[in-house]
Amino acid sequence: MLVKLIVNNEPKVFECETGEFLLDTLRKYNYLSVRRGCDNTSCGVCTVLFDGKPIPSCSLLTVRAEGHNITTVEGIQEEADKLGRIFGDEGADQCGFCNPSMALTVYAMKKELCHPTEEEVREYLVGNLCRCTGYIAQERAIMRYLEDKS
Amino acid sequence: MVITEFLKPKSLEEAYSIYNSEGKNQIVGGGAWLKLTLKQADKLISLDDLGLNSIIQTDKSVEIGAMSTLRSIEISEEVKSLYEGILSQACHKIMGINVRNLATIGGSIMGRLSFSDLYPALLVMKAKLVFYKSGEISFSEFLNNPKRDKDILLKVVIDKEEAKGFYKKVALTALDFAVMNMAISKTKEGFQISIGATPSMAALAIDTIKYLNGCEAITEVEIKKANEILLNEIHISDNIRGSKEYRTELVKTYLARGIRQVTKNVG
Repeated sequence: MLVKLIVNNEPKVFECETGEFLLDTLRKYNYLSVRRGCDNTSCGVCTVLFDGKPIPSCSLLTVRAEGHNITTVEGIQEEADKLGRIFGDEGADQCGFCNPSMALTVYAMKKELCHPTEEEVREYLVGNLCRCTGYIAQERAIMRYLEDKS
Repeated sequence: MVITEFLKPKSLEEAYSIYNSEGKNQIVGGGAWLKLTLKQADKLISLDDLGLNSIIQTDKSVEIGAMSTLRSIEISEEVKSLYEGILSQACHKIMGINVRNLATIGGSIMGRLSFSDLYPALLVMKAKLVFYKSGEISFSEFLNNPKRDKDILLKVVIDKEEAKGFYKKVALTALDFAVMNMAISKTKEGFQISIGATPSMAALAIDTIKYLNGCEAITEVEIKKANEILLNEIHISDNIRGSKEYRTELVKTYLARGIRQVTKNVG
């Protein structure tokens, strides 16, 4: 079947199976920044923004996304670059596998929460697993990014 | 997962008749557990176009549409104002925000999930469910009566009450299911207590509620007695997340803390 989506502000038409999940469709069409980790709603690396809200793309049927706005990390390039540089400065980067989904979630958080505390940041990021770091450097970087006005 | 047909009905009547037509038909709520729970469906029915995702405040109650996401319930000011926000707190501790942006209250209820963190809160708030064909039923009655499973849940109604509330979930990690969850409320009519994920399905602790409502004052003596009654009436057992002994200690500890909290400064 054909499904019309808006990906990173561009209208797209994708061919997919009825029971196909958004993660599979996006990867099939070369949005490879959307990663496959656990593939069952637990690890967070497949997160995309669905009308601006983070959702696990492994668990949303592509047909249900018809007509909606999907944002991958390519759609927030400028903010992702900024966050990436701060991550680098703070030594929060290791393998990078979780970075795109983390960047999207942090971006959504910056839009949603006003001056969140460290505790609120930690709670917002539950379900974004990083298997390299201990999250400390990431938290430092994220707090810096949230205060960044540039 | 094999889905023969995906349908997005434009009316409730259409959704209902498709759901009850021949074949293995399934309604999709948020879909957060779809991959883990559904292997095959002839017709998968989406309620996305039926306007069931709003949270409305009326004079007497707050009405939560069945397709409201857990995140929208968590941050709703109307929901936060009910029973000191215990339903918001219950939502807040479920998985991550990305999952809560997908999962719906309707899916959580119709799934009859013994691990659900919402059930104890809904039970002690005396939540009512409104179905398309069969009308209103209390959530407590729904849990004991599987007959409505071919009907469509429209909304969850919670009456506004002057109430104290206590909610506690214990889990080994933020992403895990509960080892135990508990909610306690106190209104002018008295206490409501519900324990879930023990790992049996949440239920109201009827005997304990009756005992506490008969007490003139609540002191440590009554709390101790309430704990004895509670442990006799609820079923606690082992599973991979926790032993019976550990769960029993949690129940005892949090029942006492919860009762103390809801009896503080109220008549």
